[in-house]
Amino acid sequence: MTVAIATRLVALVASLVVASILVFVVVNLLPGDVATVMLGTNATPENVAALRHSLGLDQPLWLRYLQWAGGMLHGDFGTSVLSHTPVGPLILQKLTVSGPLALLAAAIALAVSVPTGVVAGVRYRRLSGAVLSALSLGGIAIPAFWAGLLLATVFAVKLRLFPAGGFIDWTEDPVAAARSLVLPAVALGLVQAAVLTRFIRSAIIDVQREDFIRTARAKGLTRWQALQRHGFRNAAIPVVTILGIQITSLLVGAIVIENVFVLPGLGRLLFQSVGNRDLIVVQDLVMLLTAVVLAVNFLVDLSYRLLDPRIRTAS
Amino acid sequence: MGCGTCSTPSSSSGCRRRAEVAESLLVEDLRVLVGAVEAVRGVSFELGAGSRTGLIGESGSGKTLTALALMGLLPDGLRAAGRVLYGGRDLLTLPDDELCALRGDRLAMVFQEPMSALNPVMRIGDQVAEPLMLHRRLGRRVALAEATRALMRVRIRDPEEKMRAYPHQLSGGQRQRAMIAMAMACAPAVLVADEPTTALDVTVQAGILRLLDELVEAEGTTLLLITHDLAVVASSCDRVLVMYGGKIVESGTVGQVFDRPRHPYTRALLDAIPPVDEDLPDRHLRAIPGSVPGLGRFPPGCPFRNRCPNADGKCAEMPPLAVLGDHSLACWHPVEAGI
Amino acid sequence: MRRLPPALVAGAFLVGLVVLVALVSLVWTPHDPDHVIVPDRFRGVGGGEYLLGTDQFGRDELSRLMAGARNTLLVGIVTVVIAIAAGVPVGALAAFYRGPLEEVAMRASDVLLAFPAILLAMLFAAVFRPGTLTAMAAIGIAFVPVFARVVRGAGLQVMQMDYVTAARTFGSRGWWIVARHLLPNVGSVLIVQATIAFAVAILAEAALSYLGLGTPPPTASWGRMLSDSQSYLYQSPLLALWPGMAIAFSVLGFNLLGDGLRDLLDPKLVERLPAQG
Repeated sequence: MTVAIATRLVALVASLVVASILVFVVVNLLPGDVATVMLGTNATPENVAALRHSLGLDQPLWLRYLQWAGGMLHGDFGTSVLSHTPVGPLILQKLTVSGPLALLAAAIALAVSVPTGVVAGVRYRRLSGAVLSALSLGGIAIPAFWAGLLLATVFAVKLRLFPAGGFIDWTEDPVAAARSLVLPAVALGLVQAAVLTRFIRSAIIDVQREDFIRTARAKGLTRWQALQRHGFRNAAIPVVTILGIQITSLLVGAIVIENVFVLPGLGRLLFQSVGNRDLIVVQDLVMLLTAVVLAVNFLVDLSYRLLDPRIRTAS
Repeated sequence: MGCGTCSTPSSSSGCRRRAEVAESLLVEDLRVLVGAVEAVRGVSFELGAGSRTGLIGESGSGKTLTALALMGLLPDGLRAAGRVLYGGRDLLTLPDDELCALRGDRLAMVFQEPMSALNPVMRIGDQVAEPLMLHRRLGRRVALAEATRALMRVRIRDPEEKMRAYPHQLSGGQRQRAMIAMAMACAPAVLVADEPTTALDVTVQAGILRLLDELVEAEGTTLLLITHDLAVVASSCDRVLVMYGGKIVESGTVGQVFDRPRHPYTRALLDAIPPVDEDLPDRHLRAIPGSVPGLGRFPPGCPFRNRCPNADGKCAEMPPLAVLGDHSLACWHPVEAGI
Repeated sequence: MRRLPPALVAGAFLVGLVVLVALVSLVWTPHDPDHVIVPDRFRGVGGGEYLLGTDQFGRDELSRLMAGARNTLLVGIVTVVIAIAAGVPVGALAAFYRGPLEEVAMRASDVLLAFPAILLAMLFAAVFRPGTLTAMAAIGIAFVPVFARVVRGAGLQVMQMDYVTAARTFGSRGWWIVARHLLPNVGSVLIVQATIAFAVAILAEAALSYLGLGTPPPTASWGRMLSDSQSYLYQSPLLALWPGMAIAFSVLGFNLLGDGLRDLLDPKLVERLPAQG
């Protein structure tokens, strides 16, 4: 078991390295480079050369990569080309918005999808189950940002219950800050819930057909008891395996939703940096998000191995 | 086995559960429908208290569905009709909570595939202890101790260690023994065993059957043993029911049916067994011509018509079950006795 | 004739509708989708000649929706083609040759899987110019590992089959086996995966267009129509409804189609694909 963890840890580190190389190569692929772009019309060869030197762009590629990678490991994320502020603290500050948003959305997604998925799975032969299944099928077709737009139209513009956009810092007005997160989290969470519901429903349907459920009922357990004591644990295994993908799509959805509601989080920062071609920030953020995805997948893989005793105890 | 509430073995007269009158189980005109098609077409038999009955049939005869219908464990989409009388009540119309109280406690079942019939993510000990906690209201520690004793009685070596194991860590034979321990944990009055040895190696089969024999003997449990293997029935049972095409075609004591089979199907089954002690060159292996039709594809009237050497026009009408003492038969043209 | 799964019928219907609208829009729309008539802006639904109203520039909403269907289908087709062109050979070769080639291919696809389509698209948009091509390339590349894995999984199953062993005994060359045995049999899995990928591509492209990183104006694209409508929620809230519904119906159609195809084309083979990496 520890061998399995160790090999996966090594694979994680290797993946992180390869991903970082990929990101770095893509960003620095640009023929006309950052300096030219930044200076725009003022780009005389001397100015370009000077700026390139001050940015360290005249050094060999591999050296710049190592500087960047090494810097990140020390918490130094470079300086934004646009705002001339260090990127590290910027990221931390944006995290105070994106973190709670993602967590709230995840909580909503789980709170909605687990009961819905279970009911839809248990009652899959009945009308109520079919209705829930149809609803979830419709739900996965809805773009999260459209859901956000619709919610904003109804609850912010028409009913004026929540703000349609913007964010007041936690330190200034925590209540208002929380209220700003409600609609985006609900939009994101409900769409994720639709996807999760389908998986949970399918896992519950599959598990009900298993022989050991019949054995449990033969012992005198009711259908529901058999499902609770024997079914859930088994059904959880396939659901956990897709959690990694789900968390990834939650993060991506958060990026877009932040732009719908103009929330000053990492997603908005990324979007603005793309627009401004602030390549250092883009490079850092893409790497950061990719690292989060890889780490989450690693953890999910680990927990799936812990959950299933057949894998856990295999010699 | 011993019931869980007191430490007296249940075979002693002191145990109050044993003082209950042993009941017989009566099946009347049982039908199992798959959609609109009948897979079990009017089956009737009685399992006397303490009797050991074998239910023989090939795949597609409806024997497993009959067993599942008894227990109320038919898969979704299948319905049962008819009556299953036990303890003065019809099990098919019993409300769910009463049926659940009976299952595992008075009616128990052992299944064919022990690997898939056991929960792969739950330890053996917890699974065997579960019926005790459910029906005898034992606390977990007491139930686990009792379960360990149950594993010992089914002759699993190192029971304490196996209690903490998961099903995939046991051998096929051990898993089946654990399932038997689980089924017998509350000393049920009726045990239904659906092909308990079919999925096991031949060398292991004999041991399992012997175990079943002993346990059933010790507790006076009524046994319904479902199998396609005639030898198993011959060794373990007193009475036998022969099923074909969703109907019982012959029934009687093992002696009557195996020594003097009257139904052409039974006769053909016995003939198809290759002889071990006779010289082969003189005997042809006699297979039954044709093959078992699929669900709903049996001919009207006697289901064995198409493959029967004695069949004629009369067989388009289903023969009634003629009762001759212990021996019952559903055939217009039975095999002559003595041949 | 076996009864077709209802999901397949419903999905085919919806997808067929979208394709039909896109094709029709090539030759006819109620109005010119790019024609700006400022005095006609923000007409409501059923306002005479404008069935679904007009947008902030007075352009007919229905016509723009129809033209948007073209864009949607184009992006879907191109991204799936890219993903298949790169992913299928990788997966097939990995399943056939096994060994270090398979190992490297699967590790590489694992890394690529860490880049969600939208993230990759934003990266590309920052480095290259944002636009339809960049978006399609990014989404297509992001899907390559999905197809590689699916084809490898199905390919592994095919390689176990007796007819492949027989072919090898006869001395059939590698590429012959791959072309004649492996690929045709992973076809059903591939089709299902392609329809699902199509649905995801539509969503991704819509998000990118919404952010302004996809199809640039004035070309009609549903995502951009949604982002435009956001500025005018007070004047004409319904403008936020139509493009979203169009996206949802298209995605629903492809998802249903994928589910239906999976039910039709031997569910047992497709379902339990090996999930290990």
